[in-house]
Amino acid sequence: MEDILNALALLTNFVLLPAAAYGSQLALGALGVTLVYGILRFSNFAHGDTMAFGTMIAILFTWWLQAQGVNLGFLPTALLAIPFAVLATVAFVLLCDRWVYRYHRVKKAPAVVFLICSVGVMFLLNGIVRFVIGPGEQHFADGERFIFTVVQFREFTGLEQGVSFRTSQALTLVSALLIVVALFWFLERTRTGKSMRAYSDNENLALLSGINPDRVVLITWVLAAALATVAGVLYGLDKGFRPFTYFQLLLPIFAAAIVGGLGSPLGAIAGGFIVAFSEVLLTYAWRRVFEYLGPEGWAPEGLMQLLSTDYKFAVSFVILVLVLLIRPTGLFGGKSV
Amino acid sequence: MSFLIAAHMTGGYGGSDILHDCTIAVEQGQIAVIVGPNGAGKSTAMKAIFGLLNLRHGQVRFNGEDIGALSPQQRVLKGMGFVPQTHNVFTSMSVEENLEMGAFIRRDDIRHSLEQVYALFPVLKEKRRQPAGQLSGGQRQQVAVGRALMTQPKLLMLDEPTAGVSPIVMDELFDRIIEVARSGIAILMVEQNARQALHIADKGYVLVQGSNRYTDSGAALLANPEVRRTFLGG
Amino acid sequence: MNAWLNRYIGAPTLFGLMGLALVLVGVLQSWSLALTIAIYCVIGAIMALGLNVQWGYAGLFNVGLMGFAALGGIAAVLVSMPPTPEAWQAGGSGIIASVLLSLATLAVALLVYKRMRRGRARMWAMVLILLGGYLITRQFFDPAVELIEAVNPAATGYLGGAGLPIMLSWVVGGFFAAGAAWLIGKITLGLRSDYLAIATLGIAEIILSVLRFEEWLTRGVNNVNGLPRPLPQEIDLQQTAWVQEWALRLGTTVPDLASITVKLGYLGLALGVLLLLFWLAQSAIHSPWGRMMRAIRDNETAAEAMGKDVTGRHLQVFVLGSAIIGVAGAMLVTIDGQFTPNAYNPLRFTFLIWVMVIVGGSGNNLGAILGGFLIWFFWVQAEPIGLWFMDVVTGTLPAESWLRAHLLEGAAHIRLMVMGMILLLVLRFRPHGLIPERSERPHSLWR
Repeated sequence: MEDILNALALLTNFVLLPAAAYGSQLALGALGVTLVYGILRFSNFAHGDTMAFGTMIAILFTWWLQAQGVNLGFLPTALLAIPFAVLATVAFVLLCDRWVYRYHRVKKAPAVVFLICSVGVMFLLNGIVRFVIGPGEQHFADGERFIFTVVQFREFTGLEQGVSFRTSQALTLVSALLIVVALFWFLERTRTGKSMRAYSDNENLALLSGINPDRVVLITWVLAAALATVAGVLYGLDKGFRPFTYFQLLLPIFAAAIVGGLGSPLGAIAGGFIVAFSEVLLTYAWRRVFEYLGPEGWAPEGLMQLLSTDYKFAVSFVILVLVLLIRPTGLFGGKSV
Repeated sequence: MSFLIAAHMTGGYGGSDILHDCTIAVEQGQIAVIVGPNGAGKSTAMKAIFGLLNLRHGQVRFNGEDIGALSPQQRVLKGMGFVPQTHNVFTSMSVEENLEMGAFIRRDDIRHSLEQVYALFPVLKEKRRQPAGQLSGGQRQQVAVGRALMTQPKLLMLDEPTAGVSPIVMDELFDRIIEVARSGIAILMVEQNARQALHIADKGYVLVQGSNRYTDSGAALLANPEVRRTFLGG
Repeated sequence: MNAWLNRYIGAPTLFGLMGLALVLVGVLQSWSLALTIAIYCVIGAIMALGLNVQWGYAGLFNVGLMGFAALGGIAAVLVSMPPTPEAWQAGGSGIIASVLLSLATLAVALLVYKRMRRGRARMWAMVLILLGGYLITRQFFDPAVELIEAVNPAATGYLGGAGLPIMLSWVVGGFFAAGAAWLIGKITLGLRSDYLAIATLGIAEIILSVLRFEEWLTRGVNNVNGLPRPLPQEIDLQQTAWVQEWALRLGTTVPDLASITVKLGYLGLALGVLLLLFWLAQSAIHSPWGRMMRAIRDNETAAEAMGKDVTGRHLQVFVLGSAIIGVAGAMLVTIDGQFTPNAYNPLRFTFLIWVMVIVGGSGNNLGAILGGFLIWFFWVQAEPIGLWFMDVVTGTLPAESWLRAHLLEGAAHIRLMVMGMILLLVLRFRPHGLIPERSERPHSLWR
């Protein structure tokens, strides 16, 4: 019995909690991507760096607040910075739309042109973020690091294996839940949200119905920027901030969005967790778990790791390619390929 | 002065003209039907009236007003409803949401209109929570028409509403259209099923190569031997 | 304005300006530097050419360029480096066994796929076969890898190469890339352009991961240095009499002249390859094959209706373009003399080359080459210019000012911003690029 609990503790600590947190972060990122795809009908390659931008503003603000002696007790001060970071990111993103994307939208350029434009925006953001805050790693998390530590857990339960629950993980899970609920309420129950779904479903008919396309575009960008900022900050609090990492996140995020079905918010969330759990499960060293679950004294040879952790990113791509081959519309039937 | 009068329309999609001096008029509570062979410009005429393409010549007057400069959305605000031939529902949204979207431009309480549409199309009330994409062709057409009715239009334009539906469904649909007309709404319809459409038409316009060939009441056109020979299969 | 530009500023002028810029660099900074820049410009131009073949002939948006270039690079290593006999003895058989087992697994899986009927049973059978095969292969693979990597890890720790002349790798690299492209193309062509972009980006990332982490094959992040050189080394040249004589005559130093001579040699080689590939590409596009490709590109549905095998043609183009990129990748590693997996940074590489293609003239080979020159030149020069600019701007600030230090540090990143701006501006104001495609119809994208 105790062995099973120990195995469970191991799994919770090294698989369940990290994958759930990572999955939430990916889900929030994928939501932003899928909204832009569904409504503006292009793949926004600048999304990862938009997350970096938003997080950067939050970090700068957090440093300023910390310097002023402001803090949130056991919660990270960065939470206070989020609203301002969101505002700044929204402003930037709307400017981009006004100066870059709108021209091509009016000209009814094909989706590929928007994609290339988003690459340009990506370069721009990349440069801006590195210029302002540098390419290195930044730490900005403060407050209590753990809700409970491994040691506390072990003392409490008497088990050999412990579980730690970090504040950043808890924050991620709670925020993601709240945001998702709010987003779905908005899309399903409000007139504006429904109009956005209508616009995504059938643009011409939506225009015929008198839905204002400019307003829909505006709200889409606002939501995407907000989601990107929050996802970025949560990820940064959890794993530290380095500009290049955010660019790399682009790919698992797209994988998540595509797995779930591009254009489907529910799909983005499911996809986020699928990608996160796959990554963690496939690169976790299962040896100790098997030690606990197997017969007494038996220990498996080697680490029992299906894939080395180096191949973490490769996992999401393999998933992506598999989905594109087997079921291109994704799990929840988004826009077809 | 007719309620809707689109006079001497000449124009096309950019290159050559499709419509040549075409005139269509509808009165309130009247059903006007546009028929003709393929490529006659029927749908083009309707789209021109709705503002989906620019006319080189001609005038469109609606309810006494010249609406030639207005965009389609603005014409919707003036009281024109338009049911496109294809892609005329939001397939991923429920029937009720489709109707809600139909009434998007209205700021008042739409429940009364919703009830009216449900009264007209009872099956929609039954399936109101189902995604419109899951409905049969005929039911979808009902959603499409209902959606357009939600704006409380004074003129309802339908582009081939019975395309691809079975004869029974077509009859039902025409029955409903008659009911709508009886409530005082002007109906303008383009139809491929000329014979059945002319049966319910107060006014019929036979277009050939973008111009008016025959214009008369529906019954008269049906009785006209020329019309019967050339378009109705004798 | 565009028409005027087209008429009066044609390709020759733009190339001439480019040449002038290089000369200026030579005069103002150093000839050695100018030649280095020129060499990398040429390589960049070749990569842009490869991309343009895929984009211009078939409208394929390949963002996986990095992976193909890296494959070309590893070809240089695998062709030219000497083999490590101890490593082969220790783990060679294990690796060979693993390869055979993997192939066997795939063959069995393929057989099952073809023989069994569609459905759950078949799916589960395949999963089990693949999983089982993978686990069994790992049993042979893991110990072999450990043994190989243990052999003199500081210097080797890998299987080594074939010990053949390195110039051969320029062809082999092309084949590696072509092979990978064929495989990837078979799987992913037929997807919409932005899906294709994401898929190719992902595949490049996978290729890169393999090259980075399979140290038994590539030395991974330990890098492979000291690749054999096709041309004499500068150090050796410095000893020769004629170099010393000419140095005196021209009034330069011996090392300088040696360096310049070597670089001229590489530049010559690179230009030769570029011209050859350009000639091939241009011939192809004016051939019946090329006309058909353009017909498909301009109206895919019509072409398909006429019975043309569109996906097959796209695959051909994809493979050819990737082969060109592979050649360039091999050239790059050859000239660098080392293979550094971490240097393949998607921002630097893939997207930069795309900017080259778009700016130069989307769909036009000559334009892609010009774009290659221009953008690479700018990318390299932007850093010193940016630094100089920052220096001037911050000159008024005190030397220890944090702001000044920060701005100077950040000068390097300005070029990323400027690259982005250039791309956006070109897309907006001159989407056909600097040298628009000179054909009866403009590229269908910007009709």
